[in-house]
Amino acid sequence: MLDNDPCAIVENEFVKPGKGQAFNRVKIRNLKTGRVIERTFKSGESLEGADVVDVEMQYLYNDGQFRHFMVPETFEQYQADEKAVGEAAYWLKDQDSCTVTLWNDVPLSVTPANFVELTITETDPGVRGDTSGGGGKPATLETGAVVRVPLFVQIGEVIKVDTRTKEYVSRVKD
Amino acid sequence: MLESWRPLCSTEQLRARAKLYQAIRLFFSKRGVLEVETPLLSHGIGTDPQLDFFTTAYYSAPRRQTLFLQTSPEFAMKRLVAASSGSIFQICKAFRNGESGRFHNPEFTLLEWYRVGFTLSELMDEIADLIVFLFQDQPISGNPIQRYRYQDIFACHTGLNALEFSYQDYCACARAQQLPDAPRLCGHEHRLWLDLLFSQLVQPHLGNNALCLVFGYPACQSSLARKNQYDSRITDRVEVFINGVELGNGYYELTDVHEQQQRFEQEIMLRQENQQTAPVLDQRFLSALASGLPDCAGMAIGLDRLLMLLTNSKHINDVLAFPIANA
Repeated sequence: MLDNDPCAIVENEFVKPGKGQAFNRVKIRNLKTGRVIERTFKSGESLEGADVVDVEMQYLYNDGQFRHFMVPETFEQYQADEKAVGEAAYWLKDQDSCTVTLWNDVPLSVTPANFVELTITETDPGVRGDTSGGGGKPATLETGAVVRVPLFVQIGEVIKVDTRTKEYVSRVKD
Repeated sequence: MLESWRPLCSTEQLRARAKLYQAIRLFFSKRGVLEVETPLLSHGIGTDPQLDFFTTAYYSAPRRQTLFLQTSPEFAMKRLVAASSGSIFQICKAFRNGESGRFHNPEFTLLEWYRVGFTLSELMDEIADLIVFLFQDQPISGNPIQRYRYQDIFACHTGLNALEFSYQDYCACARAQQLPDAPRLCGHEHRLWLDLLFSQLVQPHLGNNALCLVFGYPACQSSLARKNQYDSRITDRVEVFINGVELGNGYYELTDVHEQQQRFEQEIMLRQENQQTAPVLDQRFLSALASGLPDCAGMAIGLDRLLMLLTNSKHINDVLAFPIANA
């Protein structure tokens, strides 16, 4: 906990002058805002731990204001607002599983699965004969996300996307 | 079977270390400096509040004694010098509890040497000779050696006077240099401010592909160095840097047993205030000082860091076969 916000340590460098006081220069990500800041502490200083846990959940539905998630084992349900869901909204399809980070049992952020399979709802028809996909073209997916896909991929097809790089991986054959 | 039985560093690293030790031994034997060995375990330990030591239990039935793993071989080596050993050097392990990071492993290797009759400036010349010798195939040995007075290089990078503490000026510098935590961390303690500002703002600029020697440290910064005979605000202490990495520390050694005892007592009080483990004073070292330590200058260099520089390694773990996590 730093300045009343839960934070994760990204990098921690131990700095110690030969005969002097040891410091830790720490890069910290604010889990609420996602911003990374640098702070310096005296070695041995302690901060309040944040009650933050990652829980695997199933995405249920969007009621317009909140998105709803469920822990499959316990059927416990959580609702998360747009701020907590953030960019994950582009990758959430009903029934998909994802990771919800809880802070004091309230959703703080949502991380989609590394790979998701989504249907293309809109894309230009590809040029016939071109199967190599040299340049690619933009395609809109059912969740609203836009990714570049090879020219041979068509509307209605299901594709696999890497959510970390936001890149097309392959077509998914039924 | 654990996969982590394997050494973390390459075989070339093992060779580089062996070559370094050979070169050091050759350098000192040519100069008539005697290689010695002193115990890693001892009954007394340094009082420096900045160093945490390892405590061990020694069973010699029916007694159980507390022994310490040395944080440096300084006291034992000075006992040898006091007993007329002449100039000596040693390559040995030293232990500092809680120190772990890119440049720290709690168990590490030191080169420490004492030169009887040397002044600080003669010691600095020898450090330069040693580094040039060890880096003979690398650009570092060809570039001019930088020598700075602490107060000059500190003023150059911070605009502050290192010898006179002004809380306002120091805070203003911290604000301007994006160190907002500094006032909270350092309060009104000059010593802490110097540690923080020097390591954050000065050190990264020292010894760009060259050897850099910084000398004349403010008096609040050293427990075993002698005060400068012309300016009591500074001590005869030198620090060695290459590419912003601190390699070692040297003193024109304090030989006055009364002043030494006073500094120990001050440090023990500081440790009590900080609720640190109580040290056991090394009475044999104090007795050696009382019997008369010849005028001498001494230097310690961290060999793991030196190897990092020699082999362009980013992390101390890259030059250690078995860093603490795999030891």
